[in-house]
Amino acid sequence: MSSNDSLILGGRAFSSRFILGSGKYSVDLIHSAIEHAGAQIITLAVRRANTNTAENILTHIPEGITLLPNTSGARNAEEAVRIARLARELGCGDFVKIEVIRDTKYLLPDNAETVKATEILAKEGFIVMPYMFPDLNTARDLVNAGAATIMPLGAPIGSNKGLCTRDFIQILIDEIDLPIIVDAGIGRPSQACEAMEMGVAAIMANTAIATARDIPAMASAFKKAIEAGRIAYLSGLGRVLDKGADASSPLTGFLSN
Amino acid sequence: MLNRTDHMAYLPDMEILKDSTIMEDVITRMNAYDYHQYSADDVRIVLHKDNCTPQDFAALLSPAAMPFLEEIARKASAETRRHFGNSINVFTPLYLANYCENSCVYCGFSRKQKIRRARLNTDEMEKEMQAIAREGLEEILLLTGESRKMSDLQYIGEACAIARRYFKMVGLEVYPVNTPDYAYLRVCGADYVTVFQETYNSTTYETLHPEGRKRVFPYRMNAQERALRGGMRGVAFGALLGLGDFREDAFATGLHAWSLQRRYPQAEISFSCPRLRPLVDHNNSDLPILDDKTNHLIPQEAELLQVILAYRLLMPFAGITVSTRERAGFRDHVTGIAATKVSASVRTGVGGHQLCQEDTGDGQFEIADLRSVDEVYSALKEHGLQPVMNDYVYV
Amino acid sequence: MITLNGRSVDDADGLSLADVLARENYVICTIAVACNKDVIPRAKYNCTRLQDGDVIDVVQMMAGG
Repeated sequence: MSSNDSLILGGRAFSSRFILGSGKYSVDLIHSAIEHAGAQIITLAVRRANTNTAENILTHIPEGITLLPNTSGARNAEEAVRIARLARELGCGDFVKIEVIRDTKYLLPDNAETVKATEILAKEGFIVMPYMFPDLNTARDLVNAGAATIMPLGAPIGSNKGLCTRDFIQILIDEIDLPIIVDAGIGRPSQACEAMEMGVAAIMANTAIATARDIPAMASAFKKAIEAGRIAYLSGLGRVLDKGADASSPLTGFLSN
Repeated sequence: MLNRTDHMAYLPDMEILKDSTIMEDVITRMNAYDYHQYSADDVRIVLHKDNCTPQDFAALLSPAAMPFLEEIARKASAETRRHFGNSINVFTPLYLANYCENSCVYCGFSRKQKIRRARLNTDEMEKEMQAIAREGLEEILLLTGESRKMSDLQYIGEACAIARRYFKMVGLEVYPVNTPDYAYLRVCGADYVTVFQETYNSTTYETLHPEGRKRVFPYRMNAQERALRGGMRGVAFGALLGLGDFREDAFATGLHAWSLQRRYPQAEISFSCPRLRPLVDHNNSDLPILDDKTNHLIPQEAELLQVILAYRLLMPFAGITVSTRERAGFRDHVTGIAATKVSASVRTGVGGHQLCQEDTGDGQFEIADLRSVDEVYSALKEHGLQPVMNDYVYV
Repeated sequence: MITLNGRSVDDADGLSLADVLARENYVICTIAVACNKDVIPRAKYNCTRLQDGDVIDVVQMMAGG
């Protein structure tokens, strides 16, 4: 892959288009997963600290990896903003993924609250990566609010159902000038590949890797699939061959010289 | 000529859109457009894609696409049906006044042309509009020449207000104005604004517009954006094909519309595709008459169709109007494929719907299709299309 | 009495935030603190005096997201 095909987020260039989630699997495996995935960005959550568990997740993350704290737990914009600010205090840097969910059954994001949080945090200098339900109007509002990217879900979190919202993601790719990163729902490397072929800028995945039998191997499979999809997209996909000529009369027979 | 003004310099009262880069982007891309580099394979790829990017549009406008006209027409026809069904909007233009301070080389209203000048007063306007409304039309396009003395902003505003009483959709094809003026016209009753850039090549533009306010290229090009900022529902674009390199101009027209749609997603976008036609010969003009036997830049019918099809694929939801400059046979077939709006009962002279011939001002161009509303209506139905007088209601 | 991560904590009135965190065995460089919903910068732990009724949230990075 050409070294010029970087993913640009918040003015920073990344050569990997795979953002790895750290949840749902043993922290001991995080280092290996990151290595096999070739990921340069990893998501983390902000949670209440107990002094019983002296575990510090940051010790499992290689140096040079960009930390992407997530506002999961926030049920509205105000809570998301507070979590983002706390994450910054933790020394995680300026990146933040906004996830505002007030539906605990399907875990679908609240688009309106996400826009509000984006606007506030973008003004405070955060590099805002909003997780959203793929809606073009919301995406435009997010662009205007200062988001660095748009992250539509492919399917409900953890469902592994793939690109259920494919057509709507395509609309975002066609109409929005920011990188589109599919987050949530990707269950297989082939789905990640397909999203990249469509023109998606990067893939975020967690459950698909976390619930695999062999986590590092699955991380590696995703890495390859994402690279393959990206190369295919850049190469220009071939045409679908015709089924056969249409026998009806020509539309352009009326032209005169 | 040494005493010509700089055509890229704004006059003191012309609004400059400091935060808009659309004009710069479109012109840059147009200058980089080399249509000879596209091959048949490039066109085939576009034919099999579901969407159409500006790059694809560039391929569709290239000479390499000409052998594929039939396939492109099928694809365009499917897109048009998908977005518009069989509906075709019908409207008519009304020339309110043909006084003009510009001396555009190709135009019948040029101040250098010795033609009968006329200007409808409000009574005459109303009579014309009543006559048009009686024919069943519900959409009107109001036109004037560029004269702030004989057809000033208030005059146009009054015309809109009267038109609003007789028509459900009021369009304006008048000289470009500033954003607050468009806002004023909107309040008076105008819905959309049409401005033809004529040619997007500023060098060619300069030679065609020797004097008058129309000479200022950038002010004209940013008119649609000002109109949208002034609250107009929609804007229409067009280059006068044949004034310059028609492929280059069609490319710029498409990009111009596409860029504005991206920036103003709620705007209703339309294209017109006027093709240079013979000037109305008044026997007293000292300017060369342009005619398509001598002017090799004018696109042939097939090339005009190519442009229309490319607009349709680039922006499947945009309106496309085919003018009465074209013969009835061409218009009828194109409305079946890609055009969605046609004019009927057209007179390009001032008045002419109600007023008798002696009272009217002379026309802007020769009309090739003189059919009445009823005739156009019937022709559309015969082609399996549904004429629509209006599909909008204010609540 | 103050609340820290949902628990009641006695004998905290008048103490500085830094003191209370130390008493609870928190490692300062791994946590962030909000007091009554406002994020308190680390530099201010020493000079932030706690009052009766204050609600403190102490957070750290975890796997997740």
